[in-house]
Amino acid sequence: MSRFLVLMSFVLLFAAGKSIAEPAMPTGALGVVIERATGSVLIIDRMQHEAIDRIEGLGDLSHASVNFSPDERFAYVFGRDGGLTKIDLLERRIAKRIIQGGNSIGGAISDDGALVAVSNYEPGGIRVFDADTLDMVADIPAQSKTVGLVELPGRRFAWAGWESGDAYMADLSGPEPVVTRLGATGANPYDAVLSGDGRHFVVGLFGEQGLTLFDMWEDAPEPVRFLSDYGKEGEDMPVYKMPHLQGWAFTEGQFALPAVGRHAVLWVNRDTLAETARTKTHGQPIFVLSQPASPYAWVNFALPHNDTLQVIDSRTHAVVATLKPGAAVLHMEFSPRGHEVWVSSRDDNKIIVYDTHRRAVKAEIPAQSPSGIFFTARAHRTGL
Amino acid sequence: MPDPRALLAALVLATGAHATDSGPTGAEAAWLEHLVIQDCGSCHGLRFKGGLGSPLTPEALAHHDGPETLAHIILDGIPDTAMPPWRALLTEEQALWIARYLIDPDARDKE
Repeated sequence: MSRFLVLMSFVLLFAAGKSIAEPAMPTGALGVVIERATGSVLIIDRMQHEAIDRIEGLGDLSHASVNFSPDERFAYVFGRDGGLTKIDLLERRIAKRIIQGGNSIGGAISDDGALVAVSNYEPGGIRVFDADTLDMVADIPAQSKTVGLVELPGRRFAWAGWESGDAYMADLSGPEPVVTRLGATGANPYDAVLSGDGRHFVVGLFGEQGLTLFDMWEDAPEPVRFLSDYGKEGEDMPVYKMPHLQGWAFTEGQFALPAVGRHAVLWVNRDTLAETARTKTHGQPIFVLSQPASPYAWVNFALPHNDTLQVIDSRTHAVVATLKPGAAVLHMEFSPRGHEVWVSSRDDNKIIVYDTHRRAVKAEIPAQSPSGIFFTARAHRTGL
Repeated sequence: MPDPRALLAALVLATGAHATDSGPTGAEAAWLEHLVIQDCGSCHGLRFKGGLGSPLTPEALAHHDGPETLAHIILDGIPDTAMPPWRALLTEEQALWIARYLIDPDARDKE
């Protein structure tokens, strides 16, 4: 009898251990790809070069973006239609989904992973949610469409207003949010980004030339305009797609950023904010992204040049490679150490994986109208 | 005897799918629809409910005099806003097709 009990307890232990072990897959190689037209996302394994699942029912995903919980288990997907969807990457299902606004443009997660902030067009402003329950903890309305939402250390967020042309910061470390107006940015800010050291909050302008920088290490950051005359030598060209500043290149002590209405990447000395060089490009740049652990920046382009990528050497500012991955290249995502870049080709319905050192295609993954690609390593990056 | 369904399909292709008398048809119309949804949708929303750009639903466009006015906006843009002139990428007939597509979803359904 006692021998039977011992045997049974071993059996039970084994069964329990198995049930715990089964869902415990690592998430460090996972990522989420937005399928913008079908309201779905792919969960991908970037080490296996494959899509492992598709999650559907996420609404209008034009311009959707994704943040990750610090443990890389949950993905927060911010949809155009105000949808905020929390995906469990282990169980590969929607853990929670809310419609938090009418028209949204992206989000950010606090450094401790406790709060998720969403940037809204309609109604304008920022809404902040408990990352666990998605219950709203703060509603910070604005008269403007909010753009360029970034995370700042210490449960803080900053953003800019498209119509109002100014920037704000909210501190949510206390019992009540404290909102501070940082100052005027210039007309129609279209996006913003925070440097990886948390210091420079840089706002790009569409309504006039130039950018505005705030030193967030200061107690009272002041707006500093730079590059305010980068294009006076000629007429602006039509901008068929708004550039992005998320994850733009900071390399070799320089900012590399997209010119607006110019087929050019602008290089700026980070200390003096003076333009040091200009690279003529194939089209209007959209993303200018630094390849990790390298001197190179990769650039994609607006319509009608969106079948092309160019690689620029930050030392010489010369284009060193021009690639044709596919039709309507919308986004690029580097592996954390930069050995691969994943490229979405919306109109060829696929993801192309490049070996960045050989600049050669090493894999292709089918996807439906893919746009943004987001790896879980983003969980550990400041500003997102 | 050819399959009548194949003949019908060929006829539809040859005469074009659009409800209007002239203008873009067939593959060109399909390309335009893709452009409207995906590329106009980048700013105006894939479902045309607006984004950085204004909504392009039939209700939102009801104040325009007709598709010709909207086609002019598509071709020439709106100065001092983010709406660019598409004249370098679209013909007048194509812009008019897009304007009709947005204003009249009933005609869209017949395609």
